[in-house]
Amino acid sequence: MSVLVYIENIDGHFKKSGLETLSYAKAVADQTGQPVAALSIGNVDRDTLETIGTYGIPKVIRVDKEQLKQFVNQAYATVIADVAKHVGAQTVVLSNSFSGKALAPRVAAKLHAALADGASSLPAIEGDVWQIRKTVFSSKAIAVEELTARTKVIALMPNTVEPSEAPTAVQIEDYEPNIEDTDFSTIVKDIVRATDKVALPDAEIVVSAGRGLKGPENWKIVEELAEVLGAATACSKPVSDAGWRPHAEHVGQTGLAISPKLYIAIGISGAIQHLAGVSSSKTIVVINKDPEAPFFKVADYGIVGDAFEIVPKLTEALKAYKNH
Amino acid sequence: MKILVCISNVPDTTSKITFTDNNTAFNAAGVQYIINPYDEIALSKAVELAEGGKGTVTVIHVGEASSEPTIRKALAIGADEAVRVDAVPRDAWFVANQIAQYVKSQQFDMILTGRESIDYNGSKVQGYLAELLRLPSVSIAKKITVEGDTAVIEREIEGGKEVVSATLPVVVGTAEGVAEPKIPNMRGIMAARTKPLTVIQPVEVDSLSRISAYETPTPRGAVKLIDKDDISQLVALLHTEAKVI
Ligand SMILES: Cc1cc2nc3c(=O)[nH]c(=O)nc-3n(C[C@H](O)[C@H](O)[C@H](O)COP(=O)(O)OP(=O)(O)OC[C@H]3O[C@@H](n4cnc5c(N)ncnc54)[C@H](O)[C@@H]3O)c2cc1C
Ligand SMILES: Nc1ncnc2c1ncn2[C@@H]1O[C@H](COP(=O)(O)O)[C@@H](O)[C@H]1O
Repeated sequence: MSVLVYIENIDGHFKKSGLETLSYAKAVADQTGQPVAALSIGNVDRDTLETIGTYGIPKVIRVDKEQLKQFVNQAYATVIADVAKHVGAQTVVLSNSFSGKALAPRVAAKLHAALADGASSLPAIEGDVWQIRKTVFSSKAIAVEELTARTKVIALMPNTVEPSEAPTAVQIEDYEPNIEDTDFSTIVKDIVRATDKVALPDAEIVVSAGRGLKGPENWKIVEELAEVLGAATACSKPVSDAGWRPHAEHVGQTGLAISPKLYIAIGISGAIQHLAGVSSSKTIVVINKDPEAPFFKVADYGIVGDAFEIVPKLTEALKAYKNH
Repeated sequence: MKILVCISNVPDTTSKITFTDNNTAFNAAGVQYIINPYDEIALSKAVELAEGGKGTVTVIHVGEASSEPTIRKALAIGADEAVRVDAVPRDAWFVANQIAQYVKSQQFDMILTGRESIDYNGSKVQGYLAELLRLPSVSIAKKITVEGDTAVIEREIEGGKEVVSATLPVVVGTAEGVAEPKIPNMRGIMAARTKPLTVIQPVEVDSLSRISAYETPTPRGAVKLIDKDDISQLVALLHTEAKVI
């Protein structure tokens, strides 16, 4: 028995959320006294693969085939399940990223495994029964999911564990998976990625703004603040509905749910549907001119005042802090 | 084109969420149920694709008779017929198996689900279903167009989008942007009363996991207000106290 962790790459690079899954898998392996191996699919160079050792994982299975150059969830799920059998894994860990969400149920169905989606805690283990926490009802509650099946698939919520280093040497094994042509019935035509910006789903810091900003022409102050913090930008629903910002930036009940370390909300009232997507952020800062805005009730820090005056000042103060 | 839309019944977004039986069961008392917002988008898209005699739309729901108002609303929005699997939707694995069982007895070109249900936020049914049916799937779809037997779908990826083409039949999980939610009109509401609603019996499914308890998130302490003329204090607190910068 062992633990297998699938580490996603984008154009040959590992994301932070991937490194988090490595640390998580290592911790689960330590908890259960099992060996742990990582699986990498696609073209990742040797130096990058070796960084996996930094997180205490001594073995990498590399599956690098032309056919798998692009992400096809059916085929990737087949590979993950196949490798799980190959290494005798009864636990598979992956990230609850957009791709991970598509993969996890497929892998679980193939292995007839229990699935902990959006896992936000390490398992509490009692024999074959593992308990793992996740947020439900749009962050209004936490559920304790009890995995009773022997085989388990865990999709780890990004930003819930910090990658921790425990360096070890890495052995790389090339593996030829059993895949079929029928696994490739979707074809990727095009990928458009804004490369110069921090991706919102796994950003550690997010600067978000709402209707209080009055119009799209005023987003410069938001972007400048985001830039000095190395943050991603987000917005409330009416803002993206009005076309002030792209839909991909919309957070909340009907948008993206995020849990960054720091969420800064500017000119957003804090409606319950908005909070649904952001309330599991570690620290929340609210800037709003209305002291009665509901957002202040769930914030850690607040500034009551005009965003157009406060945001540039905050940017300046942060610049000064970074420079000293 | 035959389209199936999977509909779940969820507490209205503004519902107060509480639990009973020593925090082991969701307290449904006084909760207003609605169609899962993403399923409403999926259904609106399905109706759009089928318009003008180009296809038919079936909705399926796994749930008890108490969710029939939700099914009637789906018919009022424009589905042609509905199927209800008469069972408590125990979990996503159970639900997906019920839907898969029904789909195997039919021929659908496209099966739509929401990207996730807003109660358990699982994003599981879609992937399970696709795997059980051995069909291709695309999740978090932002745009769907169909040309002959091919669907071209834009899906959201970290920091961007990916355009995927799939040969029908395909399973798609829809997100915001796929369609504007359709509001039922009077004619739709009247027609919904007489549209066919078939009730079928569930199949047995083994249990792989269960929710054993619920917890309420620890409330944040009171907000610390910072004077707008002393912003460097916020920077200091974020560094020394919150330790996030
Ligand atoms: C089914 C459903 C789903 C929904 N899903 C979402 C969702 O996913 N995400 C989402 O965000 N919303 C969602 N909503 C909408 C939500 O209810 C709110 O309407 C929305 O979040 C409000 O956006 P806002 O805070 O930007 O705007 P407003 O509510 O208009 O608030 C603007 C705020 O800016 C402040 N302000 C104004 N001027 C200034 C200034 N100069 N300086 C500082 N502050 C200023 C005001 O005091 C106010 O608090 C949903 C609604 C429904 C019914
Ligand atoms: N009880 C149900 N009956 C029919 N479809 C459902 C049910 N529950 C969930 N679904 C579908 O599965 C999608 C994803 O749900 P989930 O996996 O629970 O997040 C929903 O958007 C629905 O389309």
